[in-house]
Amino acid sequence: MTMVAKAKLGLKQRYALLTRGLDWEPSYQSKSAVYPYAEFEGIKIHDWSKWEDPFRLTMDAYWKYQAEKERKLYAVLDSFAQNNGQMGLSDVRYINAIKLFLTGVSPLEYQAHRGFAHVGRHIPGVGPRVAAQMQSLDELRHVQTQIHTLSHYNKFFDGFHEWQHMHDRVWYLSVPKSFFDDARTAGPFEYFIAIGFAFEYVLTNLLFVPFMSGAAYNGDLATVTFGFSAQSDESRHMTLGIEVIKFLLEQDPDNLPIVQKWVDKWFWRGHRVLGLVAMMMDYMLPKKIMSWREAWDIYFTEAGGSLFEDLARYGLKVPKYADVATAEADHLSHQNWSTFYQYTQAAAFHTWLPTPQEMDWLSEKYPTTFDKHYRPRYEMWAEMEKEGKRFYNNALPQLCTVCQIPMVYTEPGDPGTIAFRTSQHKGETYHCCSDGCKDIFDGEPEKYSQSWLPVHQIFQGNCGGASVEDVLKWYRMNLGADNLDQAGSPDQKLWNEWMAARQRVAG
Amino acid sequence: MPRIVSITLQNTDAARPIIEAITEDNPGAVVHSFPGIVKIDREGSLTVHRASVESRIGRDWDPQELHLSIVSMAGNVDEDDDYFGLAWAH
Repeated sequence: MTMVAKAKLGLKQRYALLTRGLDWEPSYQSKSAVYPYAEFEGIKIHDWSKWEDPFRLTMDAYWKYQAEKERKLYAVLDSFAQNNGQMGLSDVRYINAIKLFLTGVSPLEYQAHRGFAHVGRHIPGVGPRVAAQMQSLDELRHVQTQIHTLSHYNKFFDGFHEWQHMHDRVWYLSVPKSFFDDARTAGPFEYFIAIGFAFEYVLTNLLFVPFMSGAAYNGDLATVTFGFSAQSDESRHMTLGIEVIKFLLEQDPDNLPIVQKWVDKWFWRGHRVLGLVAMMMDYMLPKKIMSWREAWDIYFTEAGGSLFEDLARYGLKVPKYADVATAEADHLSHQNWSTFYQYTQAAAFHTWLPTPQEMDWLSEKYPTTFDKHYRPRYEMWAEMEKEGKRFYNNALPQLCTVCQIPMVYTEPGDPGTIAFRTSQHKGETYHCCSDGCKDIFDGEPEKYSQSWLPVHQIFQGNCGGASVEDVLKWYRMNLGADNLDQAGSPDQKLWNEWMAARQRVAG
Repeated sequence: MPRIVSITLQNTDAARPIIEAITEDNPGAVVHSFPGIVKIDREGSLTVHRASVESRIGRDWDPQELHLSIVSMAGNVDEDDDYFGLAWAH
């Protein structure tokens, strides 16, 4: 017997030993009883052992690196809180983007945790099950660190106190909420494509990379730290997403049309949700990093272009309506911000009109659209404010049945006309904001005809009462503090006091 | 259309030697700096070599330590004991 033992196994061997061979064949239950959701979506898998994990992360290494990330993160958070980091923000308006993040995005991390836990239980292959379980833990870590981090801002600023309650009720938060509800109520393969591929791989860079870089630029040490700590897991999630799609397409040619339909659907759903981020980047970051348009060009047109070229070998095409989404990038943030400005009385964050300097930046970044379509609107509203006639829209808007966004978007190529589509289902008429959303409705009318649409629910008397005030109280908004304009808000008053104190010290 | 692979790392003390190793070992790599992050793009492929990072930091370095600094990437991953690679197929 030779005594020359190899000191250490290679990464590939270690990975194989710690992930494979852990599964077993059920003996007293059928496989289909153990994995009851594995077949109804029509996906055909012939050989799960062909699954490749590009990141060969084993559980022991996972704990080691995650613990290191947590130690770094919490050291920064402690230091931020101890040193009154909130006073170092570029401007108090910035904090509104973070209110939207906590109420709109952090709960999605929790939803992703639940979704991946479900997939980690119900996918029959052991490789993807291990990866989905790790991702499920990551997502739980993300929501916890975000709540923990942002609890510091809750000590000083309004709008943070009821984020989970608001996420489940507030009209505009139904947009991200319903996106994830939709994904989690799909089958496990669709969920994997929806969140793992379309959302994580194709779209989340747009949220976590330029926006978090913006947080760094605006002095928000706390958010940038949890943002990049979360994002360090994201690269693994993205890789899982791309592996899922390649695996499904390699396993059986019949999978292609099913996968293509999911890619089309979830690209469009994700594009609609990320309109909130477009607005955060173009309007809510006092110091700008890049425009939504520029971010779209880098992360969708360029990175997505290379990706879909790579996937073309399987016959997969660029998502349907990608061209429409790309054209909309010149309008999206302006149309969304205008909507929130008009409905500031019903939002749990503050709004404002862009300053003349900010409008010049928007003109420069959106040379073909801003001066022509959006600047005149803001200038008119500024005039009205000066005359003491600040414009509030008091009509409850019609919502798109699929994305749940008020029907404010315009026709492709015709920014003067609101886009409006309808479908019939069992004798009822359903409304959609775009061809993308209408296609999704028509694909699964039984599902979307059951949407919990906030405006419909208000009219049906399910949201606390008949007046706007009743509804806002049901949302648990502190009226006069959480909502309305930035100017005159308690947040602004507090900030002005801090800045005045700083001036006094500086002499 | 050029097929760009990309890696984005935090702009931190731990990541800077990795950024340096990438730019030195991958001719034609283009570095974009944003607040807090550095995005490195290259046509076709990009590799981080263990030895190159180790020679800069003077200690053992496991390519999996990238997990502590990575923010995003584009391309198919190939990971082993001595390198971390990104490439588009063919």
